[in-house]
Amino acid sequence: MKTNFEHHQAAHCENGVTSNLFQFYGLNLSEPMVFGIGGGIFFMHLPFIKVNNAPGTTFRPMPGTIFKRNASYFGIKYKRLTFNSPEKAQKKLDEMLEQGKPVGLQVGVFHLPYFPVEYRFHFNAHNIVVFGKEGNTYLISDPVMETTTTITEEELARVRFAKGAFAPKGQMYYPEYIPHISDDKIRGGIKKGIKHSAFFMNAPGPIIGVNGIRYISKKVRGYKEKLGDRKAGLYLGQLVRMQEEIGTGGGGFRYLHAAFLEEAYGYIPNEDLLRLSEQFTKSGDLWRQFASQAAAIYRGRITTQEAFDQAADILLEVAEIEKQAFRKSAKLKF
Amino acid sequence: MKKDEIPQDYSALVNHFRELCYAKDNDGKYTTGLSTGWEVKTVALEQAWEEIKLRIEETLEEIRKGHKTPLAYFMELQLMDSKLLSKYVGIWHFKVKRHLNKPEVFRKLDSKTIQKYAQALDITAEDLTQFNKA
Repeated sequence: MKTNFEHHQAAHCENGVTSNLFQFYGLNLSEPMVFGIGGGIFFMHLPFIKVNNAPGTTFRPMPGTIFKRNASYFGIKYKRLTFNSPEKAQKKLDEMLEQGKPVGLQVGVFHLPYFPVEYRFHFNAHNIVVFGKEGNTYLISDPVMETTTTITEEELARVRFAKGAFAPKGQMYYPEYIPHISDDKIRGGIKKGIKHSAFFMNAPGPIIGVNGIRYISKKVRGYKEKLGDRKAGLYLGQLVRMQEEIGTGGGGFRYLHAAFLEEAYGYIPNEDLLRLSEQFTKSGDLWRQFASQAAAIYRGRITTQEAFDQAADILLEVAEIEKQAFRKSAKLKF
Repeated sequence: MKKDEIPQDYSALVNHFRELCYAKDNDGKYTTGLSTGWEVKTVALEQAWEEIKLRIEETLEEIRKGHKTPLAYFMELQLMDSKLLSKYVGIWHFKVKRHLNKPEVFRKLDSKTIQKYAQALDITAEDLTQFNKA
């Protein structure tokens, strides 16, 4: 059986699943809109939480946040279920497909057979849509892929019950009821999303938001002396992976946010939105410039203190642009 | 970033799929484009794998010295740490740590426990009991 679900590729899995599922149930919102309304832009450096032996950095809020914020703002009723056994999890999934309803699943990436091996780490907050079943094979829409794919019952059970941080426990979610959404309601969502992200990015304390970017800049400046070239390279490599690897749309979600603001202008003709969009494009470009500079270091081409200083300076510039942009966002009058 | 500047370098994604990027078209409006990869990222990912290989080599060395057990080698191969392994096999963390670090404890494991580990690590029980890589 197969539902008439439409697959659209997205940069980020959670945006993609949210946008594609909403669309199936009659609400048309693009990836940038879902991202922006869900307040998806974020930054936090976690010096004490080590991922692969290097400190963690995140450019996104907690997994599940974007879907949740969109659903709660638009008054969408949805179910989010977890299961204590793969059998029960499969039974419920099959029932849903039987009724012609595609569902979102949270899965682990490590055992995901259609992913290239090089990308399979123990990351458990990946999102996909199951939209049909043929024999014992499920039809899968993985938003980061160009086309749909398939996966067997056993393979799906394995990724749904991956263990460790963010263990999905078979997690399955789907909208049950989507009310009619007027353009006015969307306008409200845009405002809420902008204020939401501004609130977190302007947050006090050293590690979150714009302050966090400043903080990491300071750290990067001291990496060479403190860690030595090899470890410094590892830390920088990790930061670049978090910033650019599949899912951010480039520049650590900054381009996605800029695209959102541009689309928002179509709903709210306020020139400030376009100006802000420009600023985030610039910030995205600078993030990418930082990645290039960091790459020169971790490939061992230039490892002088000057190279570290340059990388740190780019981050300071990012922090300055984003500070102004988010202050302005917080004060925006619509 | 402009659409025609979206990098098209080699990456591990080649032969799988291209990833979606947001960039500006010639009129300065946002659009999307596909990327085969970006060298800056490819190198960062390769570097992460170099580290993993290095850790595996170090583990083999430790096994030779008798400081670690074959279980530790297969755990590293699966990119796990002791905590994660403990969750996958359903054995308490402090016990898993003993099985990883104390060859004399590991040698006495019953076949049921060995089977649990083998299943979690995608190997056979013999891989664990007749280990000859170190």
